[in-house]
Amino acid sequence: MLAPHSPPAPGAGLPSAAGGSADPDGVPGPGRARWRRPGAEGRGRREQCSAMSAARRCSPPRALAGLFIWHLKKTGIRQVPCQFVHLCRVANDRLITFQYFNFLKRMYVTQYNKDLSQRAKPKSDSVASPFRESQQLDQEKKVIHKIIPISPVHQPLSKTSNINELKEMKLAAEIEGSATPLRAESKEERQWKEMKLRLDDLPGILARLSKIKLTALVVCTASAGFAMAPVPFDLTCFLLASLGTGLASCAANSINQFFEVPFDSNMNRTKNRPLVRGQISPLLAVCFAASCGVPGIALLTLGVNPLTGALGAFNIFLYTCCYTPMKRMSIANTWVGAVVGAIPPVMGWTAATGSLDAGALLLGGILYSWQFPHFNALSWGLREDYSRGGYCMMSVTHPGLCRRVALRHCVALIGLSTVAPVLDITTWTFPIISLPINLYISYLGFRFYRDADRSSSRKLFFCSLWHLPMLLLVMFSCKKSLLEKEEKGDLHGGSHGRAMEMRLP
Amino acid sequence: MAAARAGRALRAAGGSSCCSSFSSSGGGAGPGFRPPPHSRHDWIGPPDRLSNLRPVIFHVPRDESALERRLREARQDAQAWNQRFWAQQNAAFQQEKEEFIYSRLKAKGLAVRDETGQKATLNAEEMADFYKDFLSKNFRKHMHYNRDWYKRNFTITFLMGQVALVRALRWLRWKKKSVGN
Repeated sequence: MLAPHSPPAPGAGLPSAAGGSADPDGVPGPGRARWRRPGAEGRGRREQCSAMSAARRCSPPRALAGLFIWHLKKTGIRQVPCQFVHLCRVANDRLITFQYFNFLKRMYVTQYNKDLSQRAKPKSDSVASPFRESQQLDQEKKVIHKIIPISPVHQPLSKTSNINELKEMKLAAEIEGSATPLRAESKEERQWKEMKLRLDDLPGILARLSKIKLTALVVCTASAGFAMAPVPFDLTCFLLASLGTGLASCAANSINQFFEVPFDSNMNRTKNRPLVRGQISPLLAVCFAASCGVPGIALLTLGVNPLTGALGAFNIFLYTCCYTPMKRMSIANTWVGAVVGAIPPVMGWTAATGSLDAGALLLGGILYSWQFPHFNALSWGLREDYSRGGYCMMSVTHPGLCRRVALRHCVALIGLSTVAPVLDITTWTFPIISLPINLYISYLGFRFYRDADRSSSRKLFFCSLWHLPMLLLVMFSCKKSLLEKEEKGDLHGGSHGRAMEMRLP
Repeated sequence: MAAARAGRALRAAGGSSCCSSFSSSGGGAGPGFRPPPHSRHDWIGPPDRLSNLRPVIFHVPRDESALERRLREARQDAQAWNQRFWAQQNAAFQQEKEEFIYSRLKAKGLAVRDETGQKATLNAEEMADFYKDFLSKNFRKHMHYNRDWYKRNFTITFLMGQVALVRALRWLRWKKKSVGN
């Protein structure tokens, strides 16, 4: 709901997750092929995406990893406690990752200085080798391939001749191509899994089904809304509101995954979801959604206030019944999705105050504007998957609009930050302190608008991930304290009181 | 009765061996894999090369009721239909993409493969035209597919619910009987 299009890579404000990966299939195994820079289209799509995601995942924490390895060497510890340690390192072209939180990541242990010999081969390994094989074959065949293009010079350049040449070339390549060895077949047999639900896997499966990380971010924005409300802080109300929002978000995410199984299978980003992998049945997913959604909304309605409950229910409806189907029908889905992301902080505010005032709408507005640079930048790199899967996204159909809207809303963030003190939510220090980060994201938005390439889109996307938490933090620290407000209120209230007294007989 | 059940199992077994009580549908299951005969669950395989969907081999219990058979057949049907759609869609995408790259490279006067034998490629901005074109061409097809998919998904889930309910009631009755005895 915060960012319905949020990626699995957990760069987003989770300090222990530096460089971590929530997408087990995407984590590359050993091999130089994996570390190729994301190049142009036409190469193996999976190669490209996994290389990009690998690069995405491992560049930040190298310094940290380096320090950690040094510490390990010093203390002579080879075994690393797996609980809360996260480490991403490239050593001798091999990638070592350790796990934290069993259900969020799969562990890969590879060789390190000939010590650890146990190795769990990641599935993605098998993808690399066919490509490399075919590359070698291509090199052998290159002489033949060079001859063919010369002959059609005499023929008119028609589409059919293009197709025929292509077919000839493909045939030549395929003749040597796919001899399936017995090894490959037995590997395939091992990949068949029994569709039996194991109870100890269930928490992990449900966490992935409810997109627990995204839900956590949604709850954070709702808490921010609660915290910014100009009322004394009520802990029970805060906890109930957070819990209710979290449950509502889990329900909405589960239903979303329930609707999108075949589409998720076809996109790299989402192909490891529980329903796609058959780890859970659709019936169970729906039951889980109901068992989260109903108590969540009930908690909000009865434990907090009916307005918050209504907003929560409306948001679930908007996300599951409007946004999810619209993704495949019209580009307007992005605007609907932005509203979905904007509602949680409004819910937090109404939970605290019980009413929908200007402050709530402003917070909602900030989140609404934030969604655009976040999502438009993300969708820029997924155009191929969206096109193939039939998703109607601005980045595919109206690329110019996509970039314009992202830039527009980056600049709008500056404007909205300036309105905050006008509405008495924060002091005037807020627009001043937040100006650097708002200007920076606007600058990246402008670069994205002008350059329209992968690197500028990635920069903008990653900036949006830290920009929002920081903005909310600064906003909270600049919140107008209640005492100041009361003093102001007294001055006005006093004169009103006197006026009233005079009117009464 | 036993003959009828055996007959049903045979019919249901389809492409797999005549003695197993598993049935698969559509492409993707392949002749390679057969679930162990003692298993009482469905089996799901690796993503299909063409459609990226994971094929399921459905377990046919000996005492399958009419409702359960309807559910299994609905799932098999949906699986085959999905497999057909996505295999065709992905294949068309790949082919049209190659043709597009080829024709663009030709127009630029470049060879498809350079000196090192590596395939020449277009960058993302040049491919954007192709993506937009492909999406708009297939829009109506996707609309129909979406509608059908939602219908099938709801039907299958509803049937699953009914089957689960019937099984639960049956188990409760059995429990009562055994407690009574």
